Amino acid sequence: MEIILSAAIGILSASGIWLVLRPRSFQVVIGLCLLSYAVNLFIFSMGRLTPGAPPIMPKGGFIDPTLYADPVPQALVLTAIVISFATTALFLVVMIASRGMTGTDHVDGKERSQQ
Amino acid sequence: MAEHNLFLLLACLPFATSLILLTLPPRARGASTWLSALSLAGGLAVLAGFLPGIQAGNVLRASMEWVPSLGMNMALRMDGFAWLFATLVLSIGVLVVIYARYYMGESDSLPRFYALLMAFTGAMQGILISGNVLVMVVFWEMTSFMSFLLIGFWHQGAAARDGARTALIITAFGGLCLLVAMLMLGHAAGSYDLGMILRAGDRVRAHPLYGPMLALFLLGAFTKSAQFPFHFWLPGAMAAPTPVSAFLHSATMVKAGVFLLVRFSPVLGGTEAWFFTVTGAGCITLILGAAVALYRHDLKGLLAYSTISHLGLITALAGIGGPVAILAAIFHICNHAVFKASLFMAAGIIDHETGTRDMRRLSGLFRPMPFTALLAIVAASAMAGVPLLNGFLSKEMFLAEAVDWHNGTWLDNALPYFAIVGSSLSVAYSLRFIATVFFGPQATDLPKAPHEPPAWMRRPVELLVLICLLVGIFPALTLGPIINTAARSVAGAHMPYYHIAVWHGVNAPLILSLIALAVGTLIYAFSAKAIPHGPEGPFLLHRIRGQRVYDWILFRLTWRLPRLALRIFSTEALQPQLRLLVLTAIAVACGSLWGALTFASDLRLHAPNPAFALLWLVGAACAVGAAWQAKYHRFAALVLLGGAGVVTCLTFAWFSSPDLALTQLLVEVATTVLLLLGLRWLPKRRSEIAEDKLLPAKIRRGRDLVIAIAGGLGIAAIAFALMTRPVITNVGDWFLGNAYYEGGGTNVVNVILVDFRAFDTFGEIAVLAIVALTVYALLRRFRPAPESIAAPDQQTVGGPSLDDYLYVPSVIMVWMFPVLIMVSGYFFFRGHDLPGGGFAAGVTLAIAFLIQYIGTNVRWVESRITVLPIRWMGIGLLIAGATGMGAWLFGYPFLTAHARYVHVPLIGDVPAATAMLFDIGVFATVMGAVVLMLVAIAHQSLRASRRREIDDAPRKEAA
Repeated sequence: MEIILSAAIGILSASGIWLVLRPRSFQVVIGLCLLSYAVNLFIFSMGRLTPGAPPIMPKGGFIDPTLYADPVPQALVLTAIVISFATTALFLVVMIASRGMTGTDHVDGKERSQQ
Repeated sequence: MAEHNLFLLLACLPFATSLILLTLPPRARGASTWLSALSLAGGLAVLAGFLPGIQAGNVLRASMEWVPSLGMNMALRMDGFAWLFATLVLSIGVLVVIYARYYMGESDSLPRFYALLMAFTGAMQGILISGNVLVMVVFWEMTSFMSFLLIGFWHQGAAARDGARTALIITAFGGLCLLVAMLMLGHAAGSYDLGMILRAGDRVRAHPLYGPMLALFLLGAFTKSAQFPFHFWLPGAMAAPTPVSAFLHSATMVKAGVFLLVRFSPVLGGTEAWFFTVTGAGCITLILGAAVALYRHDLKGLLAYSTISHLGLITALAGIGGPVAILAAIFHICNHAVFKASLFMAAGIIDHETGTRDMRRLSGLFRPMPFTALLAIVAASAMAGVPLLNGFLSKEMFLAEAVDWHNGTWLDNALPYFAIVGSSLSVAYSLRFIATVFFGPQATDLPKAPHEPPAWMRRPVELLVLICLLVGIFPALTLGPIINTAARSVAGAHMPYYHIAVWHGVNAPLILSLIALAVGTLIYAFSAKAIPHGPEGPFLLHRIRGQRVYDWILFRLTWRLPRLALRIFSTEALQPQLRLLVLTAIAVACGSLWGALTFASDLRLHAPNPAFALLWLVGAACAVGAAWQAKYHRFAALVLLGGAGVVTCLTFAWFSSPDLALTQLLVEVATTVLLLLGLRWLPKRRSEIAEDKLLPAKIRRGRDLVIAIAGGLGIAAIAFALMTRPVITNVGDWFLGNAYYEGGGTNVVNVILVDFRAFDTFGEIAVLAIVALTVYALLRRFRPAPESIAAPDQQTVGGPSLDDYLYVPSVIMVWMFPVLIMVSGYFFFRGHDLPGGGFAAGVTLAIAFLIQYIGTNVRWVESRITVLPIRWMGIGLLIAGATGMGAWLFGYPFLTAHARYVHVPLIGDVPAATAMLFDIGVFATVMGAVVLMLVAIAHQSLRASRRREIDDAPRKEAA
């Protein structure tokens, strides 16, 4: 499982990085989304993989922390998901506004100059 | 104890007054004058109460805790020297306040002026009475800033702005040096307490850091006291209102530097390095200042250079450093403050009543303003060192020190000559001031007809001149005892009592004084004709201007160099920047993990599950596909992105994280809709870009592919190495163990979010709200691309309507509204104990609204429901904040939660934690923010169609 997930994180981030380095703004938006999946999964996996043990406690009694998944990375990622939605929205708006104003969807607001 | 409190009161009073003054309206001239003067007089009364203790040689202390972790207490300390100086500052302050009342015009806001002046006084007094060297530096910087504001008080004028900026740059630079020096000093002495440092002189001088420490310390003191080569800011600062010059540039601010030199001379002084730099710089400044002063045409310019020269004299004395030199330095600090403040005020009166300060135009003012003239003449004579005036006494002590004191170096041998030259020049410029301004033919072309000023404008000058005379004639009865107390507190209690007397018999200093008077008169007599027509500086020297050198350096540093750096290191293009960012990240990761990235010996592995492998086969294909298609087939890329998102979401669910899976799924929906809405405004890419086929583009893509693969491999390796390590106990265990007992909830993730780490969440929802508002603001002035303005087929009249495509789904979507509200409520209420919570519920409700927009259209929805997302956001943030602050009422820190179960009949035990209230805030903010962003983008089509109608109207009319 660990091998699969780390390979998945690797592929997601490689796709993300490649897209972020592209010249078209839509590519960069998609790239950022993919990168945020990769990073969220990465942070999440720092709590180790524990299938079938969600951090939902019984009401009372002794609690053995080793029986549950680590809640801290989950809490971190939960807010990160919502925030990454917000940044995507922001970038999207900047993108369409820039497209409207400059007439091009190049990230610099102008086409690469002919050399 | 009473003394302790009074001392604190003394330190705080000017600042408190300053704050009160800021609240007064600009027309409250009388009230603000009274308030400032009374505040300073109150400070003086407190000081008078301390006098008996000070004269007995006591050192007053008081302290408040400030930053205990840095060993920084708000420690105050007052000995004889600090007392004398503080009294000087406050007394001249009172006089300046009275004077400014008449000097400042009707259009100037006096309360603002006084507020700055009071804050400055507080800072200056803070330097004098702080008992911790770091606190002293804080006050030191504060005087720089306050003087910046005061010099630039008439900020309409370019000269005032430039002068203020120069002063700030020079003195703040010095302050920075001083801070480092003080840190070293504290390190060397083993304490930042002033008293301890003053006793640790031997240790400090023997310390290996003594050299740099001394250099930095002197940079601080010299810049503040306008010593060569930093003297040029002082004449520039003459653009300040004259009361400011009278206060800051004669009596207080520039004296802070010499105060520091005198204060620390027992610690840092006594070495050859100290003597040569301090006395050397002092002598150069003494002569240079006096020489330039003689040639200045501006009245205040002459006084400014004379101040520089006198500061040089005090610095030279501090460099000598024996008990008598210290006493002479302190005495001259007082005398110079008194006569120079009165001279500045007199210059201000002349400027105020005649409209000019140019000495080439001023002439024969004795006749129209005899009283002012008399006062100015006495004060100028004190400046020249005429017997029976206070300036004579301290200058003679300087001459005596120059002659009598020896350490055998060449500078020591040259000292009497420097002294005599400086004194002669001082006589010459004083004479020029008196002769040009008050005597000769009465000027006829002055901007205003000169006459005596209002009586109260002259009173401060009268008092100061009276002090000049009293101290000059009865030194032993007036200032003698307290000067001795002050000097003893600096130089040590063993110092013998020094009798300041007018007449010591005919001795070397007296003869030198007389020579100086004679030579000075001769110098003026010979150059009086030439000066008004010559340049503003002595022979050749006027060509080298400190100001120009400073401008040259500053221009290079702040204009040329940054632009050069920008040209070399920067680019406007985004791609190279991002590439650099990614490469740096990879390099840093490689650098820090090289050889350190080891895999655990006992790998923590779960057996691969084929279903999971298959899942990620799809996920990886989606990710790569999205990367591949994003350029020409945006919609396909978007669908593939959604695929990767769903697989991510399933992964969260697989590994025991239902909350994340739920939130990710909901956010996925919102993101997809958002991007779809955005695609509407991004015109379709019609033809392939020809350049993409060329070799350079292929090389670029190849290079980026290598970077991407390297980055991906690196992250995968790190993730694998970390995932397979054994679990170590961490803070998560504590959360697990205490979520129910402390937070009253069984869903630990939610308890962390709304209780244990609620402050983080509070910050995050604030960020969300800010981003949503930014999106909203950006879209208000949105101009779509010309190609996408045309209405799509579905919106054109006669074209296929929405019903033709999605009739059944749209009916279902409308009916889903109440169901989704229900689901949202369900998520919210179970959140504390089971997966769900404010974030998930908020996004769900947002989706409920969104579906209405998708299923029908904007007009249909908005004629039926009113959504006010900004209010939801605002109320949500207020609820979250208020819940946090509620904890204060019970004496707990911000956002402390309280949890209990309340028994509700029929339903049973219901969790009722304050965290739940906080979660309502989170819910409302998230919902408001998501709806605001989506609706803002969705509304653009409405605006576009309105714009089309406006554009079409004239065309229809024409038809």
